[in-house]
Amino acid sequence: MDFTNLSIIRPPETSSTWLLKDRLGAVRVRFSLGRNRYRVDTGLYRLGRPGKDSEVFVTANYKLSFDLLRKNLDGLNAWILVLETHGINVWCAAGKGTFGSSELIRQVQDARLAELVSHRRLIVPQLGAPGVSAKQVKEATGFMVKFGPVRAGDIKAYLSAGYRKDQIARSVSFTFRDRFILTAVELANSVGYLFIAFVLMLLLSGIHSEGYSYELMWMEGLKAGLYLLAAYISGAFLAPLLLPLLPFRHFGGKGMLAGLGIFGLIALLTATEIPPLAMVGWFLVSGALSSYLTMNFTGASTYTSLSGVRKEMGIFVPVQLAFTISGLVLIIISKLV
Amino acid sequence: MCLEVCPHNVFRMAGKQAAIVNRDKCMECGACELNCETGALKVKQGVGCASAVINGFLRGTEPNCDCGSDAACC
Repeated sequence: MDFTNLSIIRPPETSSTWLLKDRLGAVRVRFSLGRNRYRVDTGLYRLGRPGKDSEVFVTANYKLSFDLLRKNLDGLNAWILVLETHGINVWCAAGKGTFGSSELIRQVQDARLAELVSHRRLIVPQLGAPGVSAKQVKEATGFMVKFGPVRAGDIKAYLSAGYRKDQIARSVSFTFRDRFILTAVELANSVGYLFIAFVLMLLLSGIHSEGYSYELMWMEGLKAGLYLLAAYISGAFLAPLLLPLLPFRHFGGKGMLAGLGIFGLIALLTATEIPPLAMVGWFLVSGALSSYLTMNFTGASTYTSLSGVRKEMGIFVPVQLAFTISGLVLIIISKLV
Repeated sequence: MCLEVCPHNVFRMAGKQAAIVNRDKCMECGACELNCETGALKVKQGVGCASAVINGFLRGTEPNCDCGSDAACC
């Protein structure tokens, strides 16, 4: 089928080139800004000049997923079929079932793919497999789902190897670089809570044995803010980054250790300034806060399971609560004596 | 097929059958169950995300990431 003479070009065209706005958009959503609205229209796209024999690649309508796919198909003529995943990436959407068999079947039929291509292959990212049953798709559409590599960067090697992938292309990793990129979202997502905690500590900081002092509130409150910030960076940035280097299996344990370590460093540098009771209190609060934040990084990681996270939370949530409450009590007592 | 879809290499071929050799590596994504033609596998599918567990607990539902709505996603 030749589309070049049609006044309305359907399916729309796309290219493998990233424009400045694609680059800026990618950086922006990595900081969680407007991430849920970063979407492309669903349906079929043409990349280059695809024909009857060109491959069909399936992806999600999260713009970053779509962009990474088309960028890695540079130089190929291909069809790209975008599913409605409500702006969620392939893997997360597959877990929820939105990147799933029924949506794939619907899009294949809506695009009348069977009339556009002569082969019957759909290349679906491997991480779409938790939502896509190859058997169901085949029965409903006649198309055979081929689960491609995990990363779009391995697609060309996969094609030239005759739809085969090695163990590396089949496995998800979680490299230092991956973790570094993902911490931006962690840092951005909880920053509101950090601010609330800071305001609360600021208000508490004015308390002393003979009443309340605004001068003290600012003096001590800003120090408290610094300790909170350190624990925040420890839990949402340092511990995720150093994840495999930190001892303990549980994320909560790793985060707690990092939080204790960070506050230990602060205590060493400012030893004479912090009263002993407050110091113990801050150790507890810092450890708990950092532990909680790192525990939340389980959602960003590529290997934690629901049953594992439940087990971990059964241990660490009570510890975090106990540490926070007893830490705050100690800090308040230290102001009153 | 299960070897093909598993992101953590939990399976190995043992003769003509696939065997589970790395059970602890399983992240419970459920890809193998959905794509097992003989129906030999059963996985309680779920997401390994603490925020999702907290969300589910607060609302009295199954763990839910909140992805796809306007709230922040884990």
